[in-house]
Amino acid sequence: MSEQTPMAPVPILTATGLSKSFFGVTVLHDVGIELMPGQVHGLVGENGAGKSTFMKILAGVYERDAGVVTLGGEPVVFGHPVQAMKAGLATVFQEFNLLPDRSVAQNVYLGREPRRAGFVSQRAMVRQTQALLDELGIDFIDPTARVGSLTVAEQQIVEIAKALSYDARVISMDEPTAALADHEVALLYGIIRRLQARGVAILYVSHRLKEIFELCDSITVLKDGALVSSGPAAELDTNELVRRMVGRSIETFFPGPVGGTTVGELRLAVSDGGNAFVDGIDLELRAGEIVGVSGLQGSGRTELVEAIFGAAPFNRGTITLDGSPVRIGSPRAAVKHGVALITEDRKAQGLALGQSVLDNALLVIRGVFARRTAAVRKEIPGVLSSLEISSQGLGQEVQFLSGGNQQKVVLAKWLATKPRVVLLDEPTRGIDVGAKIAVYQLMRQLAREGVAILMISSELPEVIGMSDRILVMHDGRIVAELPAGSTEEQVLSAATGAAASAHEGTRA
Amino acid sequence: MNAVSARRRSGRRLDSTVIVYLALIGVIVIGAILVATVGRSFFSAGNIRDILTGMSVLGFVAIGQTLVILCGSLDLSVPYVISLSSLLAADIMKGNPANIAAAVAVALGVAALIGLANGLIVTKLKVHGFIATLGMGLIIKGYLDTNYKGTSGSVPWEFQLIGATGIGPVPVSTVIMLAVALLAALFLNRTRVGNHIYAVGGNEQVARLSGIRTANPVILAHVLCSVAAAMAGLLLASRLGVGSPTVGTQGGYDLLSIAAVVLGGTLLAGGRGSIWGTIGGVAIFAVLDNVMSVLQVNPFMKDVVRGIVIVAAVAVYTGRQVERRRARFGPGGSATEREGDAGPDAQAPAPASASTQPDSAQPESTQQSAAQHNSAQLDTNVGDRS
Repeated sequence: MSEQTPMAPVPILTATGLSKSFFGVTVLHDVGIELMPGQVHGLVGENGAGKSTFMKILAGVYERDAGVVTLGGEPVVFGHPVQAMKAGLATVFQEFNLLPDRSVAQNVYLGREPRRAGFVSQRAMVRQTQALLDELGIDFIDPTARVGSLTVAEQQIVEIAKALSYDARVISMDEPTAALADHEVALLYGIIRRLQARGVAILYVSHRLKEIFELCDSITVLKDGALVSSGPAAELDTNELVRRMVGRSIETFFPGPVGGTTVGELRLAVSDGGNAFVDGIDLELRAGEIVGVSGLQGSGRTELVEAIFGAAPFNRGTITLDGSPVRIGSPRAAVKHGVALITEDRKAQGLALGQSVLDNALLVIRGVFARRTAAVRKEIPGVLSSLEISSQGLGQEVQFLSGGNQQKVVLAKWLATKPRVVLLDEPTRGIDVGAKIAVYQLMRQLAREGVAILMISSELPEVIGMSDRILVMHDGRIVAELPAGSTEEQVLSAATGAAASAHEGTRA
Repeated sequence: MNAVSARRRSGRRLDSTVIVYLALIGVIVIGAILVATVGRSFFSAGNIRDILTGMSVLGFVAIGQTLVILCGSLDLSVPYVISLSSLLAADIMKGNPANIAAAVAVALGVAALIGLANGLIVTKLKVHGFIATLGMGLIIKGYLDTNYKGTSGSVPWEFQLIGATGIGPVPVSTVIMLAVALLAALFLNRTRVGNHIYAVGGNEQVARLSGIRTANPVILAHVLCSVAAAMAGLLLASRLGVGSPTVGTQGGYDLLSIAAVVLGGTLLAGGRGSIWGTIGGVAIFAVLDNVMSVLQVNPFMKDVVRGIVIVAAVAVYTGRQVERRRARFGPGGSATEREGDAGPDAQAPAPASASTQPDSAQPESTQQSAAQHNSAQLDTNVGDRS
């Protein structure tokens, strides 16, 4: 693994004792790292382990509460990402900082357009960008092409070229392969090797352990905001790494099934469903059953529930609901069939933020079952109080509620429709523990009442703690079905593609 | 090599400025035929002069409006700035050619201050340009209504020449307008702040994270927009021979200029567009007006036609601009080529990855891409983001 350039004895970047808390919640505690020039350093950990916070502190997006960062031996403090870039520490974020309507060259030199005699020289900009791309060995990106016309992989290369244009000595990459296809990953590997040869240190954050072992010289493991270990990659193997990442018992706050819950008849069945984003979906949900869906970001989990809900419908395969075949071509059709979708992004997709609690709770009823409005209106206070929503009343605008209470309003909105199938996409993201438990209890209660539940979650303990079965997705397909009581290791290895490679064999 | 050039080409799509000019040619062809049916010549010197004259005033306003819209703002105060500058200029000139320079300087200077105020309100007080300039427009309107009961001042003959003479069939005013357009295009393309106008309008957050002081481009765009509107006011004063408190509002230059900008392919939300597209949009309006005048179309019908053209144009643009999530699977469930646009000529995976693979992998991947050939063709129909 460490066969490239002789290691310089001096680290290019060191961080020691980095800590950060948001609103009193510690998300990073006393974390340190050392990056060597020409080395790839892997940073791994579960969702919420603090990897992103760590990177953002290095990049100058967040200010650290405590700790010291040195770059090339000098202590540095960055108040702005541009300062970090100019000092030679560049970050390629998962969400690119690119302007889709401007050209590749204009994006690379944004804010520092080269000038000749006081005027911006588009020609020099193109030429210098071409030189950067040549250094990366990229001959298929035209510096004058509009960034919006490029693939995700190509846009990522533009970001890397931008980092290179600042003469970056350290480049950190946040899940760079999350949205890439296999052959694009190979391309990224090639670029990373070239950067290494130039003596650039790379901080590589990824969920894909295979990549970590293929690329990295050393590995740092974070868990719950704290450092677990940091050392040469050669000292670790996959099992040991996974153990260090997850090694904790499933937390005790997952309520068990409510007494009398029985897994009953088949509620929803999808047979060989597929569209542009998911394929070969075979899925059965039974009354009273909670099925978990796990998988990496971009593995097609959200696309799966959007397909069932008709937001991006299946265009092949069949859906059967309570024994009769149905066609769900739009969310409206789904609602009429008793399917509910609690979306991942409640602010953008779940709530009308400027409207009242009551208006939000009645949103679906008014839209789809307008004639029931008056009757449901009377039930709303009861539903809300059963969910223990703390608000200043039905008239309060939901934007002023906490995340947990907002999520409860979303749930109330769907409970009002008396659904038979409930699809939950990251139902506990960004809400406090009390609200999480309320969501879990509600799920158990719904199961007791015979509702079939499909829950997507990135939190492995949550998937394992709540699910009767676990489906694991990879690259738009369901690649594994695991029974209740599976370990985090089993779920993670299926999701990171270890199990998927068999299915992947046919891909170019 | 083949694949590379194919992909390079596929990286671009038809430039919207090109579409605007294609549309302009279409309008000219149809217009010329319609004009010919009533026994007149569209391409006569007199008619061409009429069209170009019709372009110049709206052209000035629309050039300024383009800058403001590109950075994500709007300017609704332009008609009042036009009226105000025509009055200031005519009042100061008082028929004396010696006063021309001072009059022009004062008119443009006052407009620049108005634009500065607009820009500061938008960037510092965070009032959306729509409201900020609506308010500014009302303030100027109040001033005009209080102080002017009708036309005022007098423009000397020397200044009137600007609106009256021409080089062959091309009016001087149009030449000046096109020169200003050229300057504005150079400004956008060849200065940093011009480039940053696109960045701020495209995504303010990205601009800020790239170290751009995001207020400056917006303020400057507002200043330049008001100055351009004042130029339109000066031109109108030279044509009328007097200043008029209603000349701007009568022309409806606020909404008409926005329409011309959008017709020219500039995104109303900012970040994409060009001055030359706007000039094309202005030309389309001028040709439409001219043809309908020659055909003696009922004036109310003219507005109907304008309205249809604006809505149809924007519908065409937005139809092209929707970018969907990248498809992962084609209609038959086959995995799509991730290069996306590569189409039927698709070669083996990305070139650089080929070089990192052992040689033995080569024939296999070529075979596979051949096997996927048929499905790849289907894929591009459905999977391609249009």
